[in-house]
Amino acid sequence: MDLGELSSCLGSASCLVTQVSAGLTIGLLLFLVASGLTLIFGVLGLVNFAHGTLYMLGSYFALTAYGATGSFLAAMAAGAFGVAIVGLLMERFLLSRIYGSDVLMQLLVCYAIILIVDDLVKIIWGGDFLKMDLPDAFRQPPVIIAGGIIPYYYLILFGITATIAVALAYGMGRTRFGRTVRAAAVNPGMVGALGINTAAIFAAVFGIGSLLAGLAGALSAPIRSVVPGAGVSILIESFIVTVIGGMGSISGALIAALLIGFTRSFGSIGFPLFTEGMMFLMMALVLLLKPSGLAGKSQA
Amino acid sequence: MSQHDRGGIGRRSTLAAGAALGAAAIAGFPMIARGQARQPIKIGMPTILSGRVAQLGVSSRNAVMMEVERFNAAGGLDGRPIEVIVRDSRGVPAEAARIAREMITSDRVDLIFDAEASAGGFAVHEVVRETGTLTLHLNSETSSLTADPRQRFWNAFRVARQGIHDSIAGGAYAAEIVKARNLTRWMTVSPDYAYGRDTTAEFVEYLKAFAPNVQVIGETWPRLFQPDYTENVTRLTQGRPQAIYSCLWAGDLVTFVEQASLYGLFNQSQFFGVNLADYTTLQQIKALPRGMHSGNRYLKTFPAVPGNLAFAEEYNRRYQTFPTNWAWQSATAVSLLVEALRKVGGTDPRQLAAALKGMTIDSPFGADGKVTMRAEDQTLVGYAIGWGTTISADPFVENMTKADWATILRHEQDWKRSKGWA
Repeated sequence: MDLGELSSCLGSASCLVTQVSAGLTIGLLLFLVASGLTLIFGVLGLVNFAHGTLYMLGSYFALTAYGATGSFLAAMAAGAFGVAIVGLLMERFLLSRIYGSDVLMQLLVCYAIILIVDDLVKIIWGGDFLKMDLPDAFRQPPVIIAGGIIPYYYLILFGITATIAVALAYGMGRTRFGRTVRAAAVNPGMVGALGINTAAIFAAVFGIGSLLAGLAGALSAPIRSVVPGAGVSILIESFIVTVIGGMGSISGALIAALLIGFTRSFGSIGFPLFTEGMMFLMMALVLLLKPSGLAGKSQA
Repeated sequence: MSQHDRGGIGRRSTLAAGAALGAAAIAGFPMIARGQARQPIKIGMPTILSGRVAQLGVSSRNAVMMEVERFNAAGGLDGRPIEVIVRDSRGVPAEAARIAREMITSDRVDLIFDAEASAGGFAVHEVVRETGTLTLHLNSETSSLTADPRQRFWNAFRVARQGIHDSIAGGAYAAEIVKARNLTRWMTVSPDYAYGRDTTAEFVEYLKAFAPNVQVIGETWPRLFQPDYTENVTRLTQGRPQAIYSCLWAGDLVTFVEQASLYGLFNQSQFFGVNLADYTTLQQIKALPRGMHSGNRYLKTFPAVPGNLAFAEEYNRRYQTFPTNWAWQSATAVSLLVEALRKVGGTDPRQLAAALKGMTIDSPFGADGKVTMRAEDQTLVGYAIGWGTTISADPFVENMTKADWATILRHEQDWKRSKGWA
């Protein structure tokens, strides 16, 4: 523990700018993945253990598209929409058959998907780690604000992920589609009786969740290693976010993801040997004090 | 008697069987004996062929195959070729141990080439301690594997560079830069497991020994195979050190350097990366910053001798890529084994182990054209160690400074004494 270092950081504008921007970027990228996970759980009641695999596929699709076209936009589109299509196929042919099953069955099917996709990735892209080039346009000197350092690409990441967070909150809260989805989550039978195709709604929700995971994978490909099995660590963090925020709560996922982001960025200064432990400690505390999560609704 | 005649072993049949056995002994056994003599010498090789370290495991296998094919093409050991059985542990130590045991008991290999990283290497070490199989550790660099007498037994040898050697050489090199540029404020960023902790502590110890005014003002320990280094990079930028040491390696080092570059970290601090100068790393970093200090893992230009360049070119011709640190070590293991096989004339493990102990061979990877399997702790010494600075294109590292082995050996002995190992 180095709390002296942490308090001096909190009193320094340059340190605050650097660490807050890093925490926001880590947190918002995590939010993209965790929001899909929580959305799928909230609406479909499915604990998608294969969600990290979708994130990994997003990185591979983006890397391949960027190699073929040299276009960052094409890479992002390939990552997001390619994974959305994979997600839809997964949902229609596999996961829709286990809605309502117990968690053990969901775990088994999802684990099978993880193993199969990991092996397919090794066959197609090889077992080595790969890197996606950061476009030259983004290879700019970092932006300095009040002495704090913010990498240029992180500003872009922040812009994209923050826009998506706002769009998601608006879409789920204020649009007809969002209201229908929330209604289907509470009472799918009643929604179906009103003439709405709930199977299509469920598929759309899974597709959106997959798209978000794929986009997160694509956005992180230029700064992280792309490697088979890369989805595992992001999945663990996403589950922590989902538990802290409340299973099924988008706003809870945002709060929890930012909490994890700041724990990582400030923890590396104040308690560098206990950053991972701190995340699990927070999760344990939430489970003890408010089992439904920070923004989750208590079970009646 | 009738019972005897009907089905038992009679005198005549016993005589006939004896005659047949005699005939076989005269005519057949030399054939069988010759057949056994031509049986391949089987080597079991657990290594990492998938995951983030796969490139290194593949390079280890490639180098072994290249050298073994040369040996076999030259007639092997009196007609006996070497056969190598390679299996993927995926970097999981328990799997490495299981594979090694399977190779020994089911495949009946004559010896093991342990081509794992340190964690897997220690797991295999325990298996062969129990089975008594002659084993060459090709890639494990953790010093205690051979330096600690409790880890030492007659049938295990290390044909790899060693953390303590690199740390002494690195400390001596860095101290010269410290004196020239007055770099007193240091931080470290290394992987959080045995190799990272030990190697960093050893480097800092020798850096301070050679440059006593150095202060380590902070450290950050990313976990092995961590996907994102943002928090570690920001920790380093906040500490504003004049110099940074790291023993991150392979994909982890590539990701760290890319992310640190985005923060402009290398404009602010001198970087000393002991594992940077390996082609798998150098070629993966898209914009390799100029002027980073690196130890040589494998460079075709260091040692600058024709044999080293020829090795790199032959490897490149076969596999369309360049060798790695694991590749030169693996090639050296085959060279040492071949020399021992020729000396012994067979595969008796005790005789081979005795031959390997203290063996010196000519090597393009030697600091002075030779490497030695030191008898006292059964580990490789005399290999070329150097440090230089990076440039963005081939040969990637320039201004190589060769480490002095007399200095390394002297400090290594003191270090062993301090640990109670000498």
